[in-house]
Amino acid sequence: MSPRVGVVTFPGSLDDRDAARAVRIAGGEAVALWHGDDDLHGVDAVVLPGGFSYGDYLRCGAIARFAPVMASLVDAAKGGLPVLGICNGFQILCESHLLPGALTRNDSLHFICRDQRLRIEDTSSTWTADYAAGQEIVIPLKNGEGGFVADERTLDMLEGEGRVVARYLEVNPNGSRRDIAGIRNERGNVVGLMPHPEHAVEELTGPSTDGLAFFTSVLNSLVASS
Amino acid sequence: MARVVVDVMLKPEILDPQGRAVQGALGRLGLTGVTDVRQGKQFVIDIEGDLEGERLELMHRLAEELLSNPVIEDYRMQVLPDAQDVAQ
Repeated sequence: MSPRVGVVTFPGSLDDRDAARAVRIAGGEAVALWHGDDDLHGVDAVVLPGGFSYGDYLRCGAIARFAPVMASLVDAAKGGLPVLGICNGFQILCESHLLPGALTRNDSLHFICRDQRLRIEDTSSTWTADYAAGQEIVIPLKNGEGGFVADERTLDMLEGEGRVVARYLEVNPNGSRRDIAGIRNERGNVVGLMPHPEHAVEELTGPSTDGLAFFTSVLNSLVASS
Repeated sequence: MARVVVDVMLKPEILDPQGRAVQGALGRLGLTGVTDVRQGKQFVIDIEGDLEGERLELMHRLAEELLSNPVIEDYRMQVLPDAQDVAQ
């Protein structure tokens, strides 16, 4: 039986269907999870998708963080459940303190939508194991508040522990400190990424299929550990 | 009846692109000598009864955990005794 990957829908999520589709294309079973339901329905991993949960009111991800599903998810993530937060999902993971730092308004003040080149810097996480270290990929990026910030000590810690998962190449689109596009927690099961791998899983609809390995990584890891 | 006013500002070391854009506009509109603009938020919360004890502690905690993000923001909270007085 293929691993079951939950995709949470919050009010204002946009990319939940694409995330579910990416899971299916990668060979997994996608399970729809609802923000108001604190039951994770026994899924083997969870994707927090992109979008504008609660209209980005207050701060991006600030209200979603307190949704009933998040209480269960935070506990499960601390116990090792693989969790990938993409864009708004990354913001929710930071607001939940599952990942350090915060995402702030792009330094240009513009909403950026482009195909972005990245370098995968860490392949030890559950979500990046299928990439080669240093591999360059191109996947869509679309955000208005994607500037990753943290204090210098935290940035040094992330770098020192190899927890920068992906870095922007060629241009830094949003003013992220040290060109950081994605990070992981200490254990490597929780990853936050500002660009969108779920939009790059099929030649017909994406700029590449470079995003697919995020999803095959977690599925292969789940199969190997079962 | 009490009124709680919570001001939330980005920490000084966090870049504030919105404040910078406002600073540029002030200059273009003829205001000379503007050296810095920081943009923040103000929450005005009216609440029944006196705010004290556990409820005051909870209000403080929610100002820190919900209304602000301590990673990037500072908050300042004032409790005003009577919303009616404040409104006048």
